[in-house]
Amino acid sequence: MSVFDGLKFRRVSSPIHNLDPRIKFLYVCSIFVIAIIFWELLPLIALFLVQIPLVLLARVQREWIRSLRGAAFLAAIIFSTNVFFRFLYAGYMLTVQDIEYASAMTLRFVVLIESFSIFFLTTSPDHLGLALEQSHIPYEFCFAFTTAVRFVPVLAEEAQTIMDAQKARGLELEKGNFLKRIRNYIPILIPLIISAIRRSLELAEAMESRAWGAIEKRTNLYVLKIMRTDFLLILISIIILIVGVYIRFYVALPSFSDFLSFLKDVYP
Amino acid sequence: MAVIEAKDVTYMYPNASKPAVQQISLKIEKGEFVILTGPSGCGKTTLCKCFNGLIPHFYQGQLEGEIQVVGLDVADHPIHELALHVGLVFQNPENQLFALSVEKDVAFGLENLGVPREEMQKKVNWALETAGIYNLRERAPHELSGGQQQRVAIASIIAMRPEIMVLDEPTSFLDPLGAQKIFEVISELNKSLGMTVILVEHRLDLAARYANHVVVMDKGKVVLDGDPRAVLGSQKARLLGVGIPKATRLYQILKEKNWFNASEVPVTTKEMVKLLREVLKS
Amino acid sequence: MIEVSDVCFTYPTGVDALKGISLTIKEGEFIAIMGQNGAGKTTLIKHFNGLLKPTKGDILVDGTNTRDVSIAKLARKVGFVFQNPDNQLFCETVEEEVAFALKNFGFKETTLKKRVTWALNLLGLTEYRKTSPFMLSGGERKRVALASVLAWNPKFLVMDEPTIGQDHEQKEKLRQFIVQLNTQGKTVVVVTHDVEFVAECTPRVILMADGKIVADGVGEKVLSNIERLTEASIVPPQVTQIFMGLTDFGLPTDVIDLYEAREILLKKLSEK
Repeated sequence: MSVFDGLKFRRVSSPIHNLDPRIKFLYVCSIFVIAIIFWELLPLIALFLVQIPLVLLARVQREWIRSLRGAAFLAAIIFSTNVFFRFLYAGYMLTVQDIEYASAMTLRFVVLIESFSIFFLTTSPDHLGLALEQSHIPYEFCFAFTTAVRFVPVLAEEAQTIMDAQKARGLELEKGNFLKRIRNYIPILIPLIISAIRRSLELAEAMESRAWGAIEKRTNLYVLKIMRTDFLLILISIIILIVGVYIRFYVALPSFSDFLSFLKDVYP
Repeated sequence: MAVIEAKDVTYMYPNASKPAVQQISLKIEKGEFVILTGPSGCGKTTLCKCFNGLIPHFYQGQLEGEIQVVGLDVADHPIHELALHVGLVFQNPENQLFALSVEKDVAFGLENLGVPREEMQKKVNWALETAGIYNLRERAPHELSGGQQQRVAIASIIAMRPEIMVLDEPTSFLDPLGAQKIFEVISELNKSLGMTVILVEHRLDLAARYANHVVVMDKGKVVLDGDPRAVLGSQKARLLGVGIPKATRLYQILKEKNWFNASEVPVTTKEMVKLLREVLKS
Repeated sequence: MIEVSDVCFTYPTGVDALKGISLTIKEGEFIAIMGQNGAGKTTLIKHFNGLLKPTKGDILVDGTNTRDVSIAKLARKVGFVFQNPDNQLFCETVEEEVAFALKNFGFKETTLKKRVTWALNLLGLTEYRKTSPFMLSGGERKRVALASVLAWNPKFLVMDEPTIGQDHEQKEKLRQFIVQLNTQGKTVVVVTHDVEFVAECTPRVILMADGKIVADGVGEKVLSNIERLTEASIVPPQVTQIFMGLTDFGLPTDVIDLYEAREILLKKLSEK
């Protein structure tokens, strides 16, 4: 699942990693808004390119490219679906505008993946949990979130161990028709679920034993402070919003077909 | 003054057919290092959970008799209040760690108590150093070995500076080297901080040397309670199937053949060697 | 016979767990594989039933290369008892649990019933036949897991850390049980770090450290070899430790058994 690789946190020290997650989220939102209001190719290309310096600054190029590769499949589907329906709608004809439109839709999707990817690659789960806490989301939810993330690798390993244990008793997961194959997973799911229940009981005991619920207002070892670099990102996000909205309402955008006719004029 | 005092404690889990512990009476003095042992199912874990209030508050059920911990009646005080005085370390290291970094986990109890940040940082650093894991403070719990995880659990308890630390088979999942490290940490806490330690253990060959008070339970009752040498060297302990250290066993079977008349029962190999050397020299 | 020829294994994460292991396990042997957590013990035994395939080298089980055969086929010969029984219990009754593997291996209904009854009887679980395995205590669940493996009567029995969390009595019963199985001809391989447990069984002992075998031989010799034990981070049995403190009295050091120790000491005393 290489598209998921692009969403997993990578521990590296970079200025982007150190930014406040709430500000990063604001940035992602502004990219989202601008991506939505345009269906022309040019601004979307600009939006795509604008984010690349951030990726390089965060030093997460490799994972980021992997996420794009993973998204390529979905992108291809979006492109072909758009082309197909335009083709039908226009009475079995295809124009340059159609291709341009389909490309724009695909690019919009890619831009969104790109910005989300940057967000998740540079924000550690505990930073994210902290951001949730400081955004006044009730502590119970933040705790549930970080604990869930904490146990994902544990559960994954346990699932593997359970599979090994059952394979060692002759269970063959690959055998049988579709229905049988689904049933083959019962000996894996049941121990996993029971273990999860047992685990939550033990966790609850441990939490209680460490004064959970002692007072209403919990304090926190870490605190997120908005720093100068964060203001820079806020500025960038606001600029993107303003420029985008302005262009949308006041600037006529050249389309790709315009560009082609321009070329025809220059090079007959 | 007794730091824990139990009087005729009987407890039955809800939906159970018989009590898990019956008529337990015991006294634990401040600064003692107590080993609580006995066959599986004898009620050791249940008793531990009575010390910090999980029983009766978390488990509900019927608690009869009285347990006083640092003068507080367990039934009358909520768990989060008792947590200031009694810390409990559980068997499975993985299921006691919630946070995504060691440091945050150690701070968990302090955060719950609303300790201000600066004071918290100091206490966390102290706890990390004392447990010997300061260099691991930014690691994720999943990356750590079982022994390291247990030390994180211990650190997170001692950060709250309780007077008493209860550990329920903390080394079950660890290899002997890991177990040894844990015992050394606990022993150090007992000696230098005067923390009262109650350790539930089967591996007496490794742990017996640290104790100055041994309690043996069987079928929900306390059957032996006292000096480690007297308890571990007794016939009763052996019949109960307690894992008596081999050094002590060797002493016992040699005594059967009329060696060692009025000497101190050894609980460690060092003591046994010393004893044998004396006998062989004479 | 299980033959391990110069096996190396690297996990997908890049960790070199086995660095050139060679050994032969003959039928009817009783072997204890010892070492610290991370030495490679569990990784090695997972190769015996094909759960893992070597990155380099070969494993032959009764002449068949583990690479050429499915895990299910190998499991028929090599029975694996995992450390945590809760990783495999999922049925509604103990009976079904014990029958699970037999069904997978295609046993006929009549044979299956007989085998289940036999296995339950062997492990003292007959009264729990219709009980849900989740209602049983920890020790009982371990016995169910063991019964479910013995039910198909594998030639080789491999147990991964069977003594974890067990009290003294339970370990004693287990020890006697394993010795009995071995006496009846079953090849038993036990992975453990419990040196006192091994000392009481006196099997062939293989010490592992850092992915390699550092010692392989008779229990008394290996468990009294301080250099090798230190390499494997294993503490010698208490009896051996005691005798190591008495070498200047001319006493042997390769003693691991309690009663043998007593005999030696009594003899020494009567010489005086």
